[in-house]
Amino acid sequence: MYQVRDLRLSFPDMTRKPLFGAAPRIEILRGLSFDVPKGAVLGIVGGSGSGKSTLGRAMLRLLEPTAGSITFNGRDITHLEEDDLRPMRAQMQMIFQDPMSSLNPRRQVGGIIAGPLRVQGHQGIPAKVTEALDMVGLPRSFANRYPHELSGGQRQRVGIARAIALRPGFILADEIVSGLDVSSQAQVLNLLQELVRELGLTLAFISHDMSVIRRLCDQIIVLYQGQIVEQAQTADLFAAPQAEYTRTLLDAIPLPDPDQVWV
Amino acid sequence: MSAFLEIRNLCVTLKGGAPILRNVSLSVSAGQVHGLVGESGAGKSMIGKAVLGTLPRALAVTRGEIWLDGVDLQTLRPAERRRRIGASAALIPQDPLTALNPARRIGPQITRRLVDILGWSRAGAEARALELLAEVQIPDPARVMRSYPHELSGGMRQRILIAAAFAAEPKLIIADEPTTALDVTVQKQILRLIADMQARHGTALLFVTHDLGVVSKVCDTLSVLYAGKVVEEAQMRRFFMHPIHPYSAALLAATPSYKDPDGSLTPVPQSVIDQVEREVTDHDRRAGL
Repeated sequence: MYQVRDLRLSFPDMTRKPLFGAAPRIEILRGLSFDVPKGAVLGIVGGSGSGKSTLGRAMLRLLEPTAGSITFNGRDITHLEEDDLRPMRAQMQMIFQDPMSSLNPRRQVGGIIAGPLRVQGHQGIPAKVTEALDMVGLPRSFANRYPHELSGGQRQRVGIARAIALRPGFILADEIVSGLDVSSQAQVLNLLQELVRELGLTLAFISHDMSVIRRLCDQIIVLYQGQIVEQAQTADLFAAPQAEYTRTLLDAIPLPDPDQVWV
Repeated sequence: MSAFLEIRNLCVTLKGGAPILRNVSLSVSAGQVHGLVGESGAGKSMIGKAVLGTLPRALAVTRGEIWLDGVDLQTLRPAERRRRIGASAALIPQDPLTALNPARRIGPQITRRLVDILGWSRAGAEARALELLAEVQIPDPARVMRSYPHELSGGMRQRILIAAAFAAEPKLIIADEPTTALDVTVQKQILRLIADMQARHGTALLFVTHDLGVVSKVCDTLSVLYAGKVVEEAQMRRFFMHPIHPYSAALLAATPSYKDPDGSLTPVPQSVIDQVEREVTDHDRRAGL
């Protein structure tokens, strides 16, 4: 579904811009290459500042790469204009980290879920909204609620409903459970796993949490300072992590086990 | 040894009625780390705030005793209470960016307590701050003292807040989710640092967290909270081996571990939620709320 080749992305570093002349560029992504096959669940892990969110945004073309290429469903989207991207966006959706700031507080849940359907010019929107609510296990009456009336886990379900309403082939989920309590986290992860299976979704799941990644993903890329330090099938990575950084990351996780050696 | 902090039947309510903490009792001795765990809204942070006297205006302690170093804080006049708390307790807050004043250099933010509250000389306080920054393993403390918060990384800022918390040698430290905003690798360094400092200074530590993994690394004992009520109080090891309350067991089952790939994540079952909710209602009825 995705082919990413030597992807590079840099921003001008305005904190070090001289009074005259161009600001030095700060490299966020430094030459990433990987494939996401159709139906795969890809985990993207790394520490803060490793470039995982930037990578996700580049894949959805919310950011334009500086160099390299991104091919989505056989089409090169690296430098496509917004007008040409818009029809493709129906196939690529995103679920955001913080549902409170990614759901418009002044709109009812129904209107929020209908948003992308309207932009894409769909017919029969109310029925599709109801269907999306059903699929994420929220009562239909929630269409008339506002985001602040919902719990964190319920809000994140609304975010998921909005993403699946268009029936996209690909969804990017950026740290979607890191703000949730363990019990809602378990519910949202189980739901996501179900949807991937039922809708045949391809999913890229960005997280800093290796335990969550292991539960959900079948392959993993580990990012460190904008580069892929390890790329492996999930089972292989956990059985025998190759990169030094992957081992450091795994060793740092406090497991709920008093006997874990953690020094 | 008698406990440095002892909370007995503490009730905190929203002014106008709704209970926030329901008869919470717990104690922490010198050199001991007690964890407060629970989901968001369970009231774990409110216990720390009640002890430090920093409850939001809309909340009030309606019943119960908070004994700090042998004195019941509730019986003191506000000024005397503040003086006692300031002299013997300190906070390590969650978010190092909002806890530090962005417009002031680091140095004065560490020395302020010493100078303003404890009456140290400026030179003495600065010497002490430099010593502390070195103790929390900050390279080039003199330069950091002159820096502004935005010039430092999240891990560095958290180290500074730890140094500031230990500055006046408090006997009690309340750490409120001190590593939630940090990366796992940085979290590990910070937790180790807090544990080392706590052990070296023999401080009593009340550690608020939602992460049972973290609890198993730093706490000696813990209280599990649900809706402001302690549902289980336990020795750390016993808790992880044999949780007694079904809600504790459910929380453990919902916590993911990368070590068991096949273990499915079980959300807290509705039956367990119904049971704790019933216990909370029963408690309120008995308490006449």
